[in-house]
Amino acid sequence: MKERYSPVGGRLLTPQFYFLGVLLAIGAYFIIKRFIFGIGAVSDLSDGFPWGIWITYDVVTGTAIACGGYAMAILVYVFNRGQFHPMIRAALLTSVFGYTLAGASIIVDVGRWWQLYNVFLPWYMNLNSVMLEVALCVTLYTLVLWIELSPAILEAMHANRWLRRLRHVMFIVAGLGLLLPTMHQSSLGSLLIIAGDKVHPLWQTNIIPLLFLLTAITMGYAMVVFESLYASVNLNRPLETALLSKVSAVIPWLLIGYMALRFGDLLLSDKIGYLFRSGIEPYLFAIEMLLLLYAIVKLLDKDERVRPTVLFRAALAVLIGGSLYRFNAFLIAFDPGPGWHYFPAVGEMMITIGIVAFEIMAYLFFVKKTPVLLASPSERAAAGGARRPADQGAKGLNAIARGAGAHPPALPT
Amino acid sequence: MSINRRHFLQGLAAGAASLGAGAVMGPAVARPAKELVPGAVGILYDATQCIGCKACEVACKAANNLPPVENPALDHVYGVEGVWDAPDDLNSRTMNKIKAYPGFDSIDASRADAVLAEPTPDRVKPQDMSFVKRGCMHCVDPDCVSACPVSALTKNPDTGAVQYNPDACIGCRYCQLACPFNIPKFEYDKTFPKIVKCELCSERIAEGGIPACCDACPTGASLFGRVEDLRAEGHRRLAAAPGSSLTYPIHALDSGDNKVATVPEYVQHMYGETETGGTQTLLLADVPFRKLGLPKLGDASRARLSETIQHTLYGGMVMPTLLLGGLIYAVYNNSREERLDGDEASEEPTAEAKASQADVKCEEGRRS
Repeated sequence: MKERYSPVGGRLLTPQFYFLGVLLAIGAYFIIKRFIFGIGAVSDLSDGFPWGIWITYDVVTGTAIACGGYAMAILVYVFNRGQFHPMIRAALLTSVFGYTLAGASIIVDVGRWWQLYNVFLPWYMNLNSVMLEVALCVTLYTLVLWIELSPAILEAMHANRWLRRLRHVMFIVAGLGLLLPTMHQSSLGSLLIIAGDKVHPLWQTNIIPLLFLLTAITMGYAMVVFESLYASVNLNRPLETALLSKVSAVIPWLLIGYMALRFGDLLLSDKIGYLFRSGIEPYLFAIEMLLLLYAIVKLLDKDERVRPTVLFRAALAVLIGGSLYRFNAFLIAFDPGPGWHYFPAVGEMMITIGIVAFEIMAYLFFVKKTPVLLASPSERAAAGGARRPADQGAKGLNAIARGAGAHPPALPT
Repeated sequence: MSINRRHFLQGLAAGAASLGAGAVMGPAVARPAKELVPGAVGILYDATQCIGCKACEVACKAANNLPPVENPALDHVYGVEGVWDAPDDLNSRTMNKIKAYPGFDSIDASRADAVLAEPTPDRVKPQDMSFVKRGCMHCVDPDCVSACPVSALTKNPDTGAVQYNPDACIGCRYCQLACPFNIPKFEYDKTFPKIVKCELCSERIAEGGIPACCDACPTGASLFGRVEDLRAEGHRRLAAAPGSSLTYPIHALDSGDNKVATVPEYVQHMYGETETGGTQTLLLADVPFRKLGLPKLGDASRARLSETIQHTLYGGMVMPTLLLGGLIYAVYNNSREERLDGDEASEEPTAEAKASQADVKCEEGRRS
């Protein structure tokens, strides 16, 4: 349990960072336009398709991709696999931004945003509403995620007294951090039950909460693998292949369970025939299944899943498969009736892209400036022995963290 | 300790399984279907009596202060702006809409007016032509009311009308997704938008009046009354022999205004009597309802299913609370070392600081 985290350091303002900044600026332009001229001015949303990519991607898919923290916490705290503990913090970071920005895009999407706090007023709450449950849970969980991540920030600030206090209540926060996603990730699926026939029969089912929950957890593990490999390659860090291979071993079994439920449900509710009808839906369903099947085959094989390229591709397949499932259910196989069509408008897409760009910028800032990623072996040795030179990547929080030199680098929580 | 943990994990697994099972196997107790409130009022629309004059549309806009929907093409042709109210469907400025079904399937709705004006080709069967009035159905068990997170949509306890409170609404548009009739409309073109839908002229009813559309309808196609009475009236018409003469009330069941008309060949079903748990707007027609754009719906509302599943999982927050207790216990056990490690670690800086202070002192000592 003696893992050490350290900031990656290095230059923050790279050309890539500026490029993301430009995307963010374009997104910001359309956000301003939306708040001045209304939702219709930037989007293709209509009375038939009241929910577009802001809900389907930013909220429903975005929070599923952000389930890494939740998925890893299940392994570590419920199944007591302490060996994965070092990976929780990086997973939490992506979770924090996924959820925070999902919340931000809700403010953009919701028409009467200045009244959003009505959700928290008991006299307005409608306890029959699936949406209420999702809204309350997502808000609370975003708060929980920031508390769970706060040790990384507190360490960078050297607020040791706060760290110690937090350590003794963290188990309650972590418990909530396990319960809340279980509730709202399933409810994100339940949102569609009331839409009835508007959702294609291949996706409309009474077990949709369970299917959404299972895929969200699986996508969480896939995101941990994907994020770790991607960050390692692009931030010039050693690959954590051994741990990733163990994490990814869970994925195929979750997917097999998911597919069994999905097909079992189609058979039991007599909807299997819809697979053989004309139209685009059976193909969409097939693509979903093939992507997941690819991940199952590759990750079940012990010799295959130790190869970083295989891990990367399989994780990507799970992420795309899970995202497609959500897009199909909410948008592509959603049919409100004749005459309604939807394809995201440029402004709508640019807002989503801008938000994703901001997410990546924030991620880069945090991994470079705060102790989130596991220190590499050389750094660990350095931390154990001589103090690291203060000038190495010393900027911003780094300088605060290292400059004084009175404390050793980041400690585990 | 480890045995305890194993037992606990088994319990936890059982809990999680039951959570899933609730959704899979369906609930033990389904939420009962909602009943019509005693004073429920509504509208019986008889498409066979409608002449498509759209007086109800005009009256609806006047009563609800709704602006006209511009038609740029007409404006352009005649060089006058804002004169034409030409919505082709319900929208955020139109709560009530008369639409025409031209009598054959191949013409899409947007061309219906043009087709009706054209000389009738042979393949058209004019007798299949029908109007249809669209607007809120005022469901007995409305999906929109169940969906709204902030109770902005509610059933009026006296009349059963589905009403909208903009002060509560957050504009999430879940009601639009939930409504099987696509009724709630949203002001996408406004900075501070609202949901727009028919509220059955609740203010007029409260003052003893009847909805503006029924008031304006010259033929009795839109008829106001108590839902129970309207259902009886509908069955009276369905039971009458086609071709025979029948008395039709105009405006409202108890208005005293009547006319005598020949009974058409009704489709033997009153739309809205059973659909989605019953609606307070009822329809009669001599053309299949599906052709008039009314969806085929089951007898139970989707709200009933959705609420049953949600309340099975979350009823009294019992399952979430138990699960939370189990999860906190699990985390507490499985993070024990972490907490202890952390405590030791947090002591380190002080120890080291002391050591370094001692070093400094030593150096100072040596210097002196």
